[in-house]
Amino acid sequence: MNTPKADPIKPRVAVHKFSSCDGCQLAFLNLGEELLTLAGRVDLVHFAEAGPLDPDTDVDVAFVEGSVSTPEDAERIQHIRAHSRLLIAIGACATSGGIQGLRNGVFDEGWVAQIYSHPEAIASLERSTPIASHVKVDFELWGCPVSGPQMLAVVNALLLGVTPRDNADKVCTECKQRGYPCVMVSRGIACMGPVTRAGCGALCPSLGRDCYGCYGPAENANTDALAAQFKSQGLAPQAVTQRFQSINSQAPVFLAAADAIRAHHHD
Amino acid sequence: MLSQPDQAGFLPLDHMHVLVARLMQLGYQCLGPAVENGAIVMRELDAPDGLPRGLQAEQAPGRYRLTQDPHNRYFAWANGPQAIKPQTFAAKETLWRVERDAAGAQQFAAVKPVVPAQAIIGVRACDLAALALQDAHFLREGRRDRHYAERREQLFLVAVQCAEPAPTCFCASTGDGPTPTAGYDLALAELADGFVAVSGSKKGEAVLDALKLAPATSQQIEAARRQGVSAAASQTRSLPGRTLRDVLMKRLEHPRWDEVAARCLACGNCTAVCPTCFCHAELDEPALDGASSEHARMWDSCFGESHGHLHGFNVRPDIRSRYRQWLTHKLATWHDQFGRSGCVGCGRCIAWCPVGIDLTEEVAALTASEVKP
Repeated sequence: MNTPKADPIKPRVAVHKFSSCDGCQLAFLNLGEELLTLAGRVDLVHFAEAGPLDPDTDVDVAFVEGSVSTPEDAERIQHIRAHSRLLIAIGACATSGGIQGLRNGVFDEGWVAQIYSHPEAIASLERSTPIASHVKVDFELWGCPVSGPQMLAVVNALLLGVTPRDNADKVCTECKQRGYPCVMVSRGIACMGPVTRAGCGALCPSLGRDCYGCYGPAENANTDALAAQFKSQGLAPQAVTQRFQSINSQAPVFLAAADAIRAHHHD
Repeated sequence: MLSQPDQAGFLPLDHMHVLVARLMQLGYQCLGPAVENGAIVMRELDAPDGLPRGLQAEQAPGRYRLTQDPHNRYFAWANGPQAIKPQTFAAKETLWRVERDAAGAQQFAAVKPVVPAQAIIGVRACDLAALALQDAHFLREGRRDRHYAERREQLFLVAVQCAEPAPTCFCASTGDGPTPTAGYDLALAELADGFVAVSGSKKGEAVLDALKLAPATSQQIEAARRQGVSAAASQTRSLPGRTLRDVLMKRLEHPRWDEVAARCLACGNCTAVCPTCFCHAELDEPALDGASSEHARMWDSCFGESHGHLHGFNVRPDIRSRYRQWLTHKLATWHDQFGRSGCVGCGRCIAWCPVGIDLTEEVAALTASEVKP
């Protein structure tokens, strides 16, 4: 039996950035000592935030942060896909289009002129879209930002040659496992936990706050039932819409939830 | 708890700390009520006089709000989001580890849980009934779960009679409360000036003996008995007293399942707060250096996706089938497994459901004599 240290060839890994805030790359960097352990098992060929720069080389695994938001993004993702054995989208921007997806459907050239002194320097697509709407994505890791333990689990699974575990259960499961009482019940606040993917460790509810859905839709997310409950807790229709139109506004389940509320209230 | 009134003692109200001090002296980590995130949870007491007074909570479907007991009692609250379950069936724990030795061979080793001796002060009759059901599952002959058993053996349970059940409570209808009858080490009934106290085990008897309490008077015992009767009478919700196994299993295609599925979030909160739910998932957590791995188990829920996964397909892909699984297991097929229903009437699934789905209401609709088309 082989010892694990005897990796004959280290997998080559790249971390790419698209339209994003770099927060998901920081989830990697914030791993600290664990990142060093990891660096010993993989060959990190491209990771601008950390140092190595070689964006064009062939890799075994490409992590992609950010959404496709500019014409240049749209070209570059094709190139990366062609040079990567596995492509993993990380974070809300890469999986749903991110906060910048709020412009989708309401984009107006006039805004650019109002905001930037040299609007001609801005090359922006009308829509911000997730990586999977451009190329085949092998695995998606949701979150804004993704968490360090999630990233480690994915890399570890790949190193062991198994499919990473995709936990699409609700944030509520993490609240209960950690012993946090439900803030929706004990405080009557509009928590997105019951429709949101686990992965964050129920960070906001642990601080007595409501989840705001930054990990995107969970499987079997009953957004109609949650929206109805928000309304009965006293939220105006527009406020309910905004709960679903935040970090992951373009995730189809959240978008449909917001559209359904708008259709009922014509606001 | 009042079946042997001649052995009941009386602990004056201002002597509660003497009982806690005794338990601490015996080496128990003492858990008592505390407030966290707007709810009453069980946390370690830092001093013998650390037990709070006056806590109370208003409960309704999907609603829990802390209030103040006008009589400043110790145990005027009905319950919080968790019973004893987190202390015995850990939300997540490692079962075994595997490591590579110098020769590269895999070595497996069981991981023994590190468990402090714990005394839980403020356990309810419904919690004890639920614990008995968890015992039946985890300590079944020939399939004794070592991790559960280790934790279970370390417990010292101080039960209290419920004087103020919540509107969500229905333990009287399931026959599990509100006065503790078995399964405790000590049981208390709180009166205006102190506690009627009885022991239910050798351990409890030794603690009670050391306190050298005056015997409870017949008036005090009668007051405690009446308090239990009136607490039972005050409950407004109920489940039918008969076995629901056959009626529910005949209604697996009832339209009510679709109706409840439209409201259910499938968040699994009901299963997590349910003191009898015992489903778990197992997962492997390999170390980053590739030299070892831990095999853990954690709470799972029939409302989650992976719970229904079989090879190649999911037996419960939608919310309807998950809610139906939960309710029919709890109230119907539990009878086949454990000889009784899996519901002890604590009402947690009602209060802690974010959208306030009421189990008793669903059962009433499902079992109504006329099945609506």
